[in-house]
Amino acid sequence: MSEASATRITPGNALRPEDIALLETRPADAVAQYALGLGDDALILAQRLGWWISRAPELEEDVALANIALDQIGHARSFLTYAGRAWDRTEDDLAYFRREPEFRSVHLVEQPNGDFARTIARQLVVALYQWELYSRLAGSTDPTLAAIAAKAVKEVDYHRDHSIQWVLRLALGTEESRRRMIAGLTLTWPYVEELFADYPLIDALGDAGVRPSSLRAPFDAAVQAVLDEADLELPAVPGAVGGGRLGRHSEHLGYILAEMQVLAREHPGASW
Amino acid sequence: MTGGSTTGDDGATAPSTGPQEARAAWPLWEVFVRSSRGLSHVHAGSLHAPDAEMAVRNARDLYTRRNEGVSLWVVPASSIITSDPDAKDAFFESPQGKDYRHATYYTKSEGVKHL
Repeated sequence: MSEASATRITPGNALRPEDIALLETRPADAVAQYALGLGDDALILAQRLGWWISRAPELEEDVALANIALDQIGHARSFLTYAGRAWDRTEDDLAYFRREPEFRSVHLVEQPNGDFARTIARQLVVALYQWELYSRLAGSTDPTLAAIAAKAVKEVDYHRDHSIQWVLRLALGTEESRRRMIAGLTLTWPYVEELFADYPLIDALGDAGVRPSSLRAPFDAAVQAVLDEADLELPAVPGAVGGGRLGRHSEHLGYILAEMQVLAREHPGASW
Repeated sequence: MTGGSTTGDDGATAPSTGPQEARAAWPLWEVFVRSSRGLSHVHAGSLHAPDAEMAVRNARDLYTRRNEGVSLWVVPASSIITSDPDAKDAFFESPQGKDYRHATYYTKSEGVKHL
């Protein structure tokens, strides 16, 4: 390998954030705003999952969750780099130097980790949602969004498998693991609604993006298949108030950003 | 949140074994990776997993994340029968002094062309 850094090895012609930063074309503002939302989802989720490193139930699971977090950081880097092309801002600018109301992530990804079962419940929802989303976004009329999604969907396919395997084992395991899985799903479910709510930006996107409401039916079918196999029922809880795509967040995001941004803000211009 | 009581409802009479309740360890699995088509699977290491399906997934995470392989085997470590380390001498005795085990020990008979 002639690459300078062993950690930058990307097989084949896979699109890297570094390549996106060099693109001649700039995304339209609506496309950039859309990419920002998807990038923020991945970034905040990665930050949440990173908490598990050294705390997962077993060393092997520690590595699995860390790998998923790294995949999400990769997706976030691509989306944020592309969004930043519209406004001459780098991925780091967007990740570390935006305030809470400027983030466009959904509430689901900022929810507390809870116990392992609650994290798995959140992973199940995120992975099924992202898989439906990215497999359609791979057909976007915007070639960069399509390329990012086509690369991401292969990784999300594994995240989906990981969460399904764990839902089955926890739900069909011991009485205690089943109780926790049910509790995790119940705590997670109010935040599902927001994933499929259309917001004004979507109309301006045309076929560059994917209309959230169009993903609801395939998502529901995928969830139902997992719940059936795990002998679980869909939690009967009302949806929470969303608004993350408009910059309205729950009380949790501020704390995540404080931890995530403190180093970059303390030492502006530092590189790592 | 792992370990420790999260129920907060441990009555004094409850038959609880406490937060440090002993937990059965996941069984050990040996991992074999085939790095490319045509090569054989080579032992890469071991890991713990609750069952075979999860063992394959953990093996993927631990041993193939940097393009190492095209195929994975996992085998329960308990299924592998090993030679006895104490019997090393008898099992792996040096072939020195047993030249007759090698073809080169023998002189070629005259007139044999294609040996």
